[in-house]
Amino acid sequence: MLLLRRAGALRGLAAFPARRRLSAASEHGGKNSDEQSKFRPLYMDVQATTPLDPRVLDSMLPYLICYYGNPHSRTHAYGWESETAMEQARRQVASLIGADPREIIFTSGATESNNLAIKGVARFYKSRKKHIITTQTEHKCVLDSCRSLEAEGFRVTYLPVKRNGLIDLKELENAFQPDTSLVSIMTVNNEIGVKQPVCDIGQICRSHKVFFHTDAAQAIGKVPVDVNDTKIDLMSISGHKIYGPKGVGAIYVRRRPRVRLEPLQSGGGQERGMRSGTVPTPLAVGLGAACEVAQQEMEYDHKRISLLANQLVTKIMKEIPDVVMNGDPEHRYPGCINLSFAYVEGESLLMALKDVALSSGSACTSASLEPSYVLRAIGTDEDLAHSSIRFGIGRFTTEEEVDYTVQKCIQHVKRLREMSPLWEMVQDGIDLKSIKWTQH
Amino acid sequence: MAASSRAEVLRIYRVLLRESQRFAAYGYRTYAIRRIRDAFRENKHIKDSAEIQKLVNKAKENLDIIHRQVTIGQMYSTQKLVIENPENT
Repeated sequence: MLLLRRAGALRGLAAFPARRRLSAASEHGGKNSDEQSKFRPLYMDVQATTPLDPRVLDSMLPYLICYYGNPHSRTHAYGWESETAMEQARRQVASLIGADPREIIFTSGATESNNLAIKGVARFYKSRKKHIITTQTEHKCVLDSCRSLEAEGFRVTYLPVKRNGLIDLKELENAFQPDTSLVSIMTVNNEIGVKQPVCDIGQICRSHKVFFHTDAAQAIGKVPVDVNDTKIDLMSISGHKIYGPKGVGAIYVRRRPRVRLEPLQSGGGQERGMRSGTVPTPLAVGLGAACEVAQQEMEYDHKRISLLANQLVTKIMKEIPDVVMNGDPEHRYPGCINLSFAYVEGESLLMALKDVALSSGSACTSASLEPSYVLRAIGTDEDLAHSSIRFGIGRFTTEEEVDYTVQKCIQHVKRLREMSPLWEMVQDGIDLKSIKWTQH
Repeated sequence: MAASSRAEVLRIYRVLLRESQRFAAYGYRTYAIRRIRDAFRENKHIKDSAEIQKLVNKAKENLDIIHRQVTIGQMYSTQKLVIENPENT
């Protein structure tokens, strides 16, 4: 635990004066370390990863135990049975998003799918088209893929987002250039949960004859997504965000009108040559099962998650003043709630809430002490960006867990504010922005 | 609903709940119990016997899954969650 939270701990402690540092350490050390050895923290970080659904594990086990054939082996029954399972999984994934099974390519996860979509399309059409459009709030792997394309001579437009986290469709319209090959905009944001108007974006892209890629890792199986209604040309899918196994994902690549891409890796030409390497049958079967379960349970899960999310937000807001919900309140996936607790340092709060597994944002960037670039992009003040926490509610979250989290959260925000000189000044009616901080 | 099928539905409902109680992991246990209750409540107005038979067969398949997963879960169980601590409730 200590090791895991080391970065957080350092930051949290640095915010305290020396005397408080000692008392805070002993206060938490004594009782909680005892409790921690006996009990595990609650899990409220489902945007980072979800637990495997027992139904999914049950479907995978036979392929980890007896059916171990290579799905690409054509000469014996071991290969055929694995291939049948893999194709069944492909149909399950396709069915969830309204695609044809032949349009689904298995990958190692959404990061690979995003890389393949962006680099693959850009490089394939590079002789005529050298421009890509994306947004500032995309996942790190999309932004990084674009950065590396810039080094290869492509031009990239990073669209800003409005204060609610959504893009301005007019700005998108204006960003098109004659040689734009791809627009990549995520469906549901992983940090603030806002849902971009993908239908409108798809329409705009189609009218400009530009391919539209969307990172739907946080969206599929949670909100209805149909690649044809939405006019999506490429879509990234992840297994472990939808109660499936880690290490597997998929990319949807449209066949009509055909999207072509240059593969990232060379090899045996599996997956229509777009992704060489043996498909991991058990993982693919798991992804397929996760998609099927998600399709069956979407309505049920969504209703329940909305209910719990609503409970969490209203209870916290009722008890604590100066809490800001980041991202649009309407256009969002309810299970991802990002709150900023003014005058409280997010990392100290995370440390205090150590029997609840939470994070201040994306797991990929949680090791750095920089405030989230997503929050900065939506224009959140530096201090509020440092005080944000993401609450994730999923299929297995219970009402009791939400209540426990709310209660602990209220208790610790109040405690931390009481020891904050800033909070004291605000209570005295001093406008913090008017203060001239002198350097010593 | 014929008397025999009513008895069968109630029997499988009880068996499903009893088996789900045995999930070691808090999240899976509470989910399974809640989901079974909600599904049976949702479908209780169904009169068509072919439809009922279909759902009963699905329930039996799910019972097999729950049974296997409970066994595996018990082999790899961990500490309880803080929320299961009697002092916290």
